[in-house]
Amino acid sequence: MTTATASASATAATASERRINMIEAINEALDIMMDRDPDIIIMGEDVGYFGGVFRATAGLQEKYGKTRVFDTPISECGIIAAAVGMGAYGLRPVPEIQFADYIYPGLDQLISEAARLRYRSAGEYIAPMTVRSPFGGGIFGGQTHSQSPESLFTHVAGLKTVIPSTPHDAKGLLIAAIEDNDPVIFFEPKRIYNGPFSGYYDQPVQPWKAHTDSVVPEGYYRIPLGKARIVREGEALTVLAYGTMVHVTEAVCREKGVDAEIIDLRTLVPLDIEAIETSVKKTGRCLVVHEATRTSGFGAELSALVTERCFYHLEAPVERATGFDTPYPHSLEWAYFPGPVRIGEAIDKVLAE
Amino acid sequence: MANRPQDTAGHNSPGLTLHVPEPHYRPGDAVDFSHLTVSEPGAQPRPDEACPAAETHPLATDLIRVLGDDNQAHGPWNPRLDAETLRTMLRHMALTRAFDERMFRGQRQGKTSFYMKCTGEEATSISAAMALAADDMVFPSYRQQGILIVRGYPLVEMINQIYSNKGDKLKGRQLPIMYSSREHSFFTISGNLATQTPQAVGWAMASAIKGDTRIAATWVGEGSTAEGDFHAACTFAAVYNAPVILNVVNNQWAISSFSGFAGGERATFAQRGAGYGLASLRVDGNDALAVYAAERWAANRARANGGPTLIEHFSYRAEGHSTSDDPSGYRSAQEREEWPLGDPIMRLKNHLIALGEWDEGRQEELDRACAEEVKAATKEAEKNGILGHGMHHPFRTMFEDVFEELPWHLKEQAAQANKERRIKWPEREGEQ
Repeated sequence: MTTATASASATAATASERRINMIEAINEALDIMMDRDPDIIIMGEDVGYFGGVFRATAGLQEKYGKTRVFDTPISECGIIAAAVGMGAYGLRPVPEIQFADYIYPGLDQLISEAARLRYRSAGEYIAPMTVRSPFGGGIFGGQTHSQSPESLFTHVAGLKTVIPSTPHDAKGLLIAAIEDNDPVIFFEPKRIYNGPFSGYYDQPVQPWKAHTDSVVPEGYYRIPLGKARIVREGEALTVLAYGTMVHVTEAVCREKGVDAEIIDLRTLVPLDIEAIETSVKKTGRCLVVHEATRTSGFGAELSALVTERCFYHLEAPVERATGFDTPYPHSLEWAYFPGPVRIGEAIDKVLAE
Repeated sequence: MANRPQDTAGHNSPGLTLHVPEPHYRPGDAVDFSHLTVSEPGAQPRPDEACPAAETHPLATDLIRVLGDDNQAHGPWNPRLDAETLRTMLRHMALTRAFDERMFRGQRQGKTSFYMKCTGEEATSISAAMALAADDMVFPSYRQQGILIVRGYPLVEMINQIYSNKGDKLKGRQLPIMYSSREHSFFTISGNLATQTPQAVGWAMASAIKGDTRIAATWVGEGSTAEGDFHAACTFAAVYNAPVILNVVNNQWAISSFSGFAGGERATFAQRGAGYGLASLRVDGNDALAVYAAERWAANRARANGGPTLIEHFSYRAEGHSTSDDPSGYRSAQEREEWPLGDPIMRLKNHLIALGEWDEGRQEELDRACAEEVKAATKEAEKNGILGHGMHHPFRTMFEDVFEELPWHLKEQAAQANKERRIKWPEREGEQ
């Protein structure tokens, strides 16, 4: 499944198909790109000798040396700033921020510098960097290991924001992000590093090896930024989701027997508006799902776009199933997380009218 | 009130007091700078460029000076420049001052929205830039226009940028004086303070990663050293032994706040470098020869893989912060007159005269020539328009370079802007 719109069919993989998890896919994308381009540099907290707290950079320092894969001081500002300077020199840095919750000390460098370098210098200087960062909840990470800050970045002119939901996409999108000449925020949903999470937290998690989306071709391939993936074709309503919520939505629709068209946006900026418009005009109904808090979340942008562009095709108001407008709680994780009940009710509401 | 144990000692202690720094002199005050320790020119040792960083640390509290009151060069930091180089240095400084004068006037005449002078600090950029190689990468703040002058960036291009006219290479997107020139290894200036300092370190790290021979230098005001970015820059520079020079221009004032609000009351800014294990020098920033010598020392050290150096240039911001600032509202006008380190241009001029390589007549001629050169460049730039007179870049350029390619939403917004243009300015039909 190397095409951008490949769907997650339920067909069993053949014996020759290689299945890996999302961490392995990310590691492989980094490995391939480092091998292809000597200007690619990986840096971040614990990414060097140790290989990263999630093992995403395991083995890379040994293979490419300490001057291409190295540990940094604990300074997100310094990490992003150094990457901006390296980009100005002509390198293609891939810095890691250990958790998206800790990206904030680097925000001035991302918003005021990386995002605006090309614009303010009229193209003299660019920031061809990819900031990788694990994000999202569902892992009892509490307030500072669970956040989904994507809307802080989609609001910034000059940044691209990418969020994969499968090992196959993670590899292809990361390769495309690294090759992109604009700064890309690459958020990795850590809940689904090892397997697609259904949102049914009391049920055992299926490993990626049992899922066709973990069939990942060896070697180089890319998935273009700005192209959504139709996860499942359907007629009853359109669900717009990304990251972990793609799998939760899929499980809910399966459970409820709803013929939903599920779109995994994959890239939030630039957005695949064509895929969204085509789908909503067909189904006439739309639900937006994300883990992030509701107010001014990316769902508000999606809802506004769908209302502006598909108004006369809509048979019901656009609904949002999201995290609540609170910091991410520890003990009440499953009360907070937009799981099957919240999504199920939202689907019922969209379909009821 | 915070909870505290009832029976602890201290019950009868006086209440705590908050120290809020206050400058020595406010408007109307008589100024006396005798509290400043001004070192004897030539008395400071010059360690070997390959020395351990700690060996430089006594120099972080001293003041490296070369030019004495006798207008002669003294001591081991004398860079022994030939007369021709000194005259070139003087010319760059005079041209920069003439440029500042005219652009300041241009703002007052409504030709642009904003300007910032570097009067009194010319040596900190010009002498420093002359000590670097032309392709060493500089990450300046907004008060180092002298670097562009040293590197031969055309005055007309500077003025085009200040006027945001149709000749502006930055397409009118940037506030005046936020120059950028890749061709001159001059990094794009940002309004966000101190962001350039860790970026310079990253550039230097990249140069080291690739086994290049170029080094990086950055400039930041003493006020901006309080930003977290400066701490990141010092830490990264030290950790990776990056080939970078961190120039701190201590001109005593950050808009209306004196250097005490950046921590200057208790330690010099060069001393901060010592805490990170950086080689650290504190120089008389109005002494063109001392600035040159320190920058050259640091450049040689960085180029030989000796690592980073922090240089505090002790100087004085002789004019207002910007065209939007009136310093008479917060400091004594007498400060400039009483400043014990004088004026960098006067000091260099007097040195050249003392050497028998210059005279007042030639200085007058130089000043006249600089004023003429700036005037001619201004006239040339004005052919491309001044701010607000309609000779700007086409509308569509507002949307270009946000990304490498225009995504759909920017294409839609560009069409909207173009539609608005036809309604708002129908007489300019035919523009794009």
